Amino acid sequence: MHDIATNFINLDLITMLYLFGVGFVGGLVSGFIGSGGAFVLTPGMMSLGVPGLMAVASNMCHKFPKALVGAVKRAKYGQVDVKLGIILGISAEAGVLYGAHIQESIKKAFGDAGSNLYVSAAFVVILATVGGFVLRDAWKTHKSGTAHEEEKAGKLAKWVQSINIPGTMVYFKSLNAKVSVLFTIPLGFATGMLAATIAVGGFVGVPSMIYVLGAPSIMASATELVIAFVMGVGGSFKYALSGLVDIRLAMLILAGSLFGVQLGAIGTTYVKPFMIKMVMGVIMVIVLFSRALMIPVYMSQLGLMDKMGDMTVKVLKNTSFAIMIAALAIGAFIIIKAFVEGRREEKLRLASEALEHGKI
Amino acid sequence: MAATSSKKKPVTALVITGIVSIVMYGLLLTKQELINSTFGKGGWFAFLPIVTAFLFSFVHGAFTGHFWTVLGIEAAKKKKEVK
Repeated sequence: MHDIATNFINLDLITMLYLFGVGFVGGLVSGFIGSGGAFVLTPGMMSLGVPGLMAVASNMCHKFPKALVGAVKRAKYGQVDVKLGIILGISAEAGVLYGAHIQESIKKAFGDAGSNLYVSAAFVVILATVGGFVLRDAWKTHKSGTAHEEEKAGKLAKWVQSINIPGTMVYFKSLNAKVSVLFTIPLGFATGMLAATIAVGGFVGVPSMIYVLGAPSIMASATELVIAFVMGVGGSFKYALSGLVDIRLAMLILAGSLFGVQLGAIGTTYVKPFMIKMVMGVIMVIVLFSRALMIPVYMSQLGLMDKMGDMTVKVLKNTSFAIMIAALAIGAFIIIKAFVEGRREEKLRLASEALEHGKI
Repeated sequence: MAATSSKKKPVTALVITGIVSIVMYGLLLTKQELINSTFGKGGWFAFLPIVTAFLFSFVHGAFTGHFWTVLGIEAAKKKKEVK
């Protein structure tokens, strides 16, 4: 049984402002790319003295209402494929449960350091491959001068869309094609597993919708919010059954987060689609370095390499956390910059249209 | 008048949702002990944090939406036509 009194931290004004601020930036990024923020919020709460599981649970309990508000907002812009989101979300829920089970087994066998090493290694491998690919693709689009053109499904997506498995085909409006659920189920499962492991399932969910299924970036990032909602409700309830959700923390983060998610969602209507990939790729690659720094710490704790001094561990931990915050801040900066530029272009366009029609 | 400025801004809705949101956060922070001890019980009490999260998302979500609209920060008017 959990000791209720010791699990809940005292909240002072600075802590509340900190949660609000990080929530806002996390929300801004989530509203724009469909996920993000959790990788800073969970360790951020733990640094305030919140027990690890409670930090994960409280983060999840702010995530689903945030995703709901973001999804509703982006649905108004016609960016959400609800059917794809729900189908992926349900298989993601199964992935979350399996991912959590693997986590528990690793923790039992190798302790906290083993579990942390597994999480960091998963971060590094996935972010290096998927993040590197997404960033390279965004950069290529930026350099090729085709950023204004409509996105086209890649070779893999075209192949997936061409496979017809009778009895399993479902039409998805974001793809404007029928795809077998035998393809969507493993993708959702992988998203959920990643969410249970590194807390940001969207780092697999969004790229897989874009590159494997052929969804446009804007729709993939919006649909990810539906997946996050479905996963988040189930996950939060599971944690709440054990009394692990600190609703005060979750709602204080949500306070800032809802301002951010609305702004991020509005921002998507002004930017070119490749900006979604750009922001996601940049964040993923920076976070990769943050987690890579921690690998030697956990390896030394497991006795896989020479023991590190306390000072070295502290420096590596603090640097790692600072890089994670930087990843989020840089992502938010790129979004705001693209948003401001997009608004300026929009105003110019409207003004020139008005001139053309002799309105002014 | 240009179409961009003709839309009425939802100031009343902003004020109402803002007040309700402040009251809800006020209750959350002034009744911390009661909330922690009840919500932390687990079991059937698991519905409490979930329902609370939904309530806050409706009220505060509406407030933050109106907030940006009143500030004049809204979605792009229309997408370019693809022919």
